[in-house]
Amino acid sequence: MLRKREYAAVGETAFTGKTGSGLTVTVVPKPGYRKSMAFLAVNYGGADRNFRLAGELISTPAGTAHFVEHRLFEVEGGENALTTLSERGANANAFTSPDMTAYHFECTDSFFENLELLLKFVSTPYFTDEDVERERAIIAQEIRMMEDDPEDAMYYALLRCLFDKPALRESVAGSVESIGKITARTLMDAHKAFYIPRNMALVVAGDQDPARIVEMAERLLPDNMAPAPVREHGPPEGPLPVAVSAEREMDVGAPMFLAGAKTKSGLTGRESVKFELTASLALSSLLGAASPLYRELYDAGFINETFGYDFENTAGASMLSFGGETQKPEYVCMRILEEAADLAARGIDPAFFARRKRMALGSALRALGSFENICYNVAAGGFAGYDYLDTVNVLASVTAEDARAFLAEYMTLDKCAISIINRKG
Amino acid sequence: MDVVYEGEVMRGVRLTAVKADRFKTGCLSLTLLAPHTKKTAAMNAVLPYVLRRGTARFSDMQALAAELDDLYGARIEPAIRKKGEVAAVGFCADFPDGAFLPGRVDILSKVAFLMGEILLTPATRGGLLRGDYVLSERQNLMDDINAEINDKRSYASLKLVEAMFRGESYALSKLGTLSDAARISAQTLTKYYRELTASAPIEIFYCGAEEPERVIRVIREALAALPRIGEHVMPATSVKTELTETGERIIRETMDVTQGRLVMGFRLSKSMEQPNLAALTVFNALFGGSPTSRLFLNVRERLALCYYANSYIDLHKGAFFVAAGIDHDRFDEVHGEIIAELASIANGAVEPWELEGAKRGVVSAILSSLDDPLGLEGMYLNRAISGCRARPEELAALCELVTPEDVSAVAADARLTHTYFLTAEEKDA
Repeated sequence: MLRKREYAAVGETAFTGKTGSGLTVTVVPKPGYRKSMAFLAVNYGGADRNFRLAGELISTPAGTAHFVEHRLFEVEGGENALTTLSERGANANAFTSPDMTAYHFECTDSFFENLELLLKFVSTPYFTDEDVERERAIIAQEIRMMEDDPEDAMYYALLRCLFDKPALRESVAGSVESIGKITARTLMDAHKAFYIPRNMALVVAGDQDPARIVEMAERLLPDNMAPAPVREHGPPEGPLPVAVSAEREMDVGAPMFLAGAKTKSGLTGRESVKFELTASLALSSLLGAASPLYRELYDAGFINETFGYDFENTAGASMLSFGGETQKPEYVCMRILEEAADLAARGIDPAFFARRKRMALGSALRALGSFENICYNVAAGGFAGYDYLDTVNVLASVTAEDARAFLAEYMTLDKCAISIINRKG
Repeated sequence: MDVVYEGEVMRGVRLTAVKADRFKTGCLSLTLLAPHTKKTAAMNAVLPYVLRRGTARFSDMQALAAELDDLYGARIEPAIRKKGEVAAVGFCADFPDGAFLPGRVDILSKVAFLMGEILLTPATRGGLLRGDYVLSERQNLMDDINAEINDKRSYASLKLVEAMFRGESYALSKLGTLSDAARISAQTLTKYYRELTASAPIEIFYCGAEEPERVIRVIREALAALPRIGEHVMPATSVKTELTETGERIIRETMDVTQGRLVMGFRLSKSMEQPNLAALTVFNALFGGSPTSRLFLNVRERLALCYYANSYIDLHKGAFFVAAGIDHDRFDEVHGEIIAELASIANGAVEPWELEGAKRGVVSAILSSLDDPLGLEGMYLNRAISGCRARPEELAALCELVTPEDVSAVAADARLTHTYFLTAEEKDA
């Protein structure tokens, strides 16, 4: 029932199995480590606002998935699972992204006791109107804190430039206004639809017995055979941004910008891994510290250490972004797009590209040092239909031409939008 | 348990080498320890960045970055830390373990040599650190100082520390001040660089699969050109155990923020005479450093007064801080509640379950850090600077022995001297 697979290229092993009700369990043994991590992920995030439950279309306010995450730690009888796990010394936490909600703990002691509690509290909702009311105040503070953060403000302004669909434009926490509409019933519906074994994954990293983990999941998760819910994401986004720029003044030390473009949407499986690796190799060829352009902009004082780039998959869509502090946001952005066009026209030097791939291999190995990273990516890969531990082999298949074509297609003036935070006064 | 080597490998150069086979990433750091003073703070903050711009062999960032890419994306990053009144300045490297790379590259010696090169043979012109690099990194430092305002939570802490420790060098941020940064030139920085590399005690930390004997050899070769002059005295932090001022000063600053940021600063005196690290650590976890703490359970969860409320201790300086994000009009309530929680611990109202919870959290965090090379690096650096003898495992065992009386004694010793509140301007109705 448990399948063992060795990944020689990265020196890892994984045991994978499924419980009778459809929960995927993956255990990545980590001999020699004292700590272990358990990570229970739900294929449900901030962008899954509209879905069907027993045929009925349900629309939920922005921030619902995140609200569920906050309240789920509360167990009937006044117990709080976070407190109990912490009392036992486990470092427990949870997060909500646009397409995932996850609950996890790391501990050096009492692993199975903690796992038992994790499986129980995540699968047993207990939402009262009074608790929901109190939580609203706490989440409102969290939202306000993010509103004061210039980087968050800049990031969400870019999302609003790029995307058309509300689910992709809004923060997973929602707004003070939208969470005002959430009731205990809203949370119950969301839990009922999404927190079912076949829509979840349990990942463990550590020196623990895989068979015992599967047995415990089998025993503790409800025998709920409900099908995975149908999400209503609507038609895919068009390739162009809905607005080209956003500007705002805040109390910051220096102006900063984040530019970006929508990239391919709806990819799954190995294709999506290859696309992600291509994107990051293309961006590092153009903008990495070893690129001529980075040196030109850094030497001229147009960018500093804060400059960076990123690619992310988010709820069926994907995007690239780049930016940092600068006195000349528009100039830097235009210069980057100009160089992207040049590089796309002349092609990426093969020797240079080979070095970028060595670096990418090193980064992939480095990422395996973090239990949280392993757990998150194994779960995300499972939901998207690929095997994270095998990505090093996909890396080998990415060519300089793939990266060149990526730049030619997406790093263009018409596809990019820019979000700028100016210094107040 | 991992084999840990500790010893002086060159004059004034101490190595801590943790041999562990379980990690896929090796870690190597080199830290120069210098007094954190007004005169030197900005220079400390800029120096590793200037050195990281280029070496005699790799004259610019692009060439250095290409070399690092060749080493499978090894990173050698500047690290500037303020530990009490000690500036810990240097580089921190991480790199994939050679066993997983094609051809089994000897990556440790390559990284160590490159780090030695960055430290000892920087790019120069006319005998000085390159002027263009100095000017450009000086500007970046000034941008960083200006950007301290961006993150309102840490900005509020900086402002509190500045007011609370006025007249002591601890008041200065690790980046120094704008005016001191503006005075840096290739001449002054080169002179400081020469003094620092010759006289500062150096801490080196390694964690990875290599045998300590080999690490020692590699370090000695990589740093063969290190000039060593004088005594290499460990800089110290002055701890004020007798306070003259009484009462609490409350400072309010207004800015366009949607959430108020409250920071309260406490001095410890008696408990710093012969610091009981275990008691201080457990106290902090119980009062505000964990999800079972008073601040989390009462101020955040029960009263729903804020999104975050936590506490942290600077064990070097003997000060502790409470930070909270709150509604603008709830200052009095939160401020009062925090003082009341501290007083209740000081009066001995420590429940067995909360003490046990705090201990479990602290012990688990220390033991988990043994599985994280960078976490270990930080713990061993703190240990070197504070002179505390206990190793992480030993500290964990000592935390188990902490009594309710130990915790109450720390709370009773804490004296609130300053409160800082960053809040919105009052709007006309």
